[in-house]
Amino acid sequence: MVERVMMKGNEAIAEGAIRAGCRFFFGYPITPQNEIPEYMSRRMPEVGGTFIQAESEVSAINMVYGAGGAGARVMTSSSSPGISLKMEGISYIAGAEVPCVIVNVSRGGPGLGGLSPSQADYFQATKGGGHGDYRLIVFAPSTVQECLDMMFDAFVATDKYRNPAMVLADGLLGQMMEPVTLHEITDLKIPPKPWATTGATGGRPLNLINSLGLVGEELERINQRIQAKYREIEANEVRFEEENTADADLVLVAYGTSARIARAAANKARIQGKKVGIFRPVTLWPFPYQQLTDLAKAGKRFLVVEMSVGQMVEDVRLAAGGLVSVDFYGRFNGAIPSVTEVYNEVMKLTSKQGVA
Amino acid sequence: MDKTATQVFGRPQSLQDRVLHYCPGCTHGIVHRLVAETIDELGVREKTVGISPVGCAVTAYNYFNCDMQQAAHGRAPAVATAIKRVLPDGVVFTYQGDGDLASIGMAEIVHAANRNEKVTVIFINNAIYGMTGGQMAPTTLPGQKTTTSPYGRDVNTMGYPIKVVELLNTLTGPAYLARVSVHDPKNVQKAKEAVRKAFEIQVAGKGFSLVEVLSTCPTNWGMSPVEALKWLEANMIPQYPLGVLRSPESKEAPNDI
Repeated sequence: MVERVMMKGNEAIAEGAIRAGCRFFFGYPITPQNEIPEYMSRRMPEVGGTFIQAESEVSAINMVYGAGGAGARVMTSSSSPGISLKMEGISYIAGAEVPCVIVNVSRGGPGLGGLSPSQADYFQATKGGGHGDYRLIVFAPSTVQECLDMMFDAFVATDKYRNPAMVLADGLLGQMMEPVTLHEITDLKIPPKPWATTGATGGRPLNLINSLGLVGEELERINQRIQAKYREIEANEVRFEEENTADADLVLVAYGTSARIARAAANKARIQGKKVGIFRPVTLWPFPYQQLTDLAKAGKRFLVVEMSVGQMVEDVRLAAGGLVSVDFYGRFNGAIPSVTEVYNEVMKLTSKQGVA
Repeated sequence: MDKTATQVFGRPQSLQDRVLHYCPGCTHGIVHRLVAETIDELGVREKTVGISPVGCAVTAYNYFNCDMQQAAHGRAPAVATAIKRVLPDGVVFTYQGDGDLASIGMAEIVHAANRNEKVTVIFINNAIYGMTGGQMAPTTLPGQKTTTSPYGRDVNTMGYPIKVVELLNTLTGPAYLARVSVHDPKNVQKAKEAVRKAFEIQVAGKGFSLVEVLSTCPTNWGMSPVEALKWLEANMIPQYPLGVLRSPESKEAPNDI
């Protein structure tokens, strides 16, 4: 059955999780993601699931650890300061290889910051965030429809690799309403989890969920295995979108909300005859380094647009490898770049450098 | 071997056949055994999931012969909450020390108890941080010397010992709260009864159960095992009175009266 409805991004995230088979939600209120726990508190009883409003973000993420370790499809959601509180637990989850999905509907920072949308949690999401050598698989939706669809993708990826996955949205996506197509997922195919702590019945070997490695080089061996998994994820899971890059002299690189603004600015510049393309990382880790390197080798310059002082721009510079110039335009602390601002930046770059 | 001999004592099936890493004279081994005997007696080993803490018992998963999860410092009650919600017919227990439960994990234990989660908590109170080398715990006695209270715990600056079962007894939720000790055989027997009762209450679906076990830490107390047992009896029991504070039979929380 296919339904077309108007939904907020936060509601789409919650409904997407339910449709992806998530039956356990543990969370704590924080703006601008409150519609997720509210929706879950209403929906979970309808589908035989469990909703707990935990005593803190710290407790919520440790509930996620317990439920994921016991084999459940489980998630939590929060916003920037709350995600910081979850980081210890996320590190344990990565170390113990427990599948789960964490949603960050991010807001401005640092500190208590503000309630307005922001993309200043890119480093935290893509470089580990907590202690130790680990990565999250990070999906960055750009529309309310993608908020819904990427919950399914995140649950598939987390189960496939036994690695925590994050959906990184922002307050604008979370609060914005758009039409959404709801698909019934009839064949969920949740993989068996023979490693889960469900009770050692019938003489099966004991299962243990653990991130401790005290003896000799045990911890290095554990990390080597996890790193090998990360190389596999990098080889298989990179997702991106590109538009009008073939003939472009300047490529705008942006994700999530910023990608929508950048696309509008690029289209406006095209009307003025400027050869401008769009490159949108859909997974932020693994990051599409190779694809951007290929564009740099083809001589295309980059303009990175973010709602931060510039975080993803560092990865774009890594990909560009000094071959081409990488410019940046950002608004931050809850400010959102306007289409006009980005368009003006594009016009400035494409005229003063003599790029037609 | 004499064919008429019968084995009357052995290792519980719910304990693995391993040498414990605990210090000589430490009472963790006794409490591990009481928990394992209980799991055997109730016949629930194959549906039990245990949660080890951060502290001396962090590797309790090497000893209990059941599925285990290792939890972040203080978070075992949150982990247990979720496992029990996923496995409502399972038996879930945490094994936590005083730093883990009464200091960093105070929020988790209070709220798990308040939700009356159907899990069992074994709380080891030895009035000191063992694993990190003998620092002051929230349960350290007034005047007790530790590596971070070298002049003795000053209650004017560091407060008084926290009485966990009395504190939890202010809540309406919990089904069973008891404090026991393992300093002599008679008290070990009483401790066994309390641990068994706590697991029975969980199996019967009656709610949250917690047993605080007064224990020794000869190494960090700087005593012989025998001296430590005597010190526990003489100094800890007056501070931490033994007994059952809450049971389903007497389930009237002070707040209800």
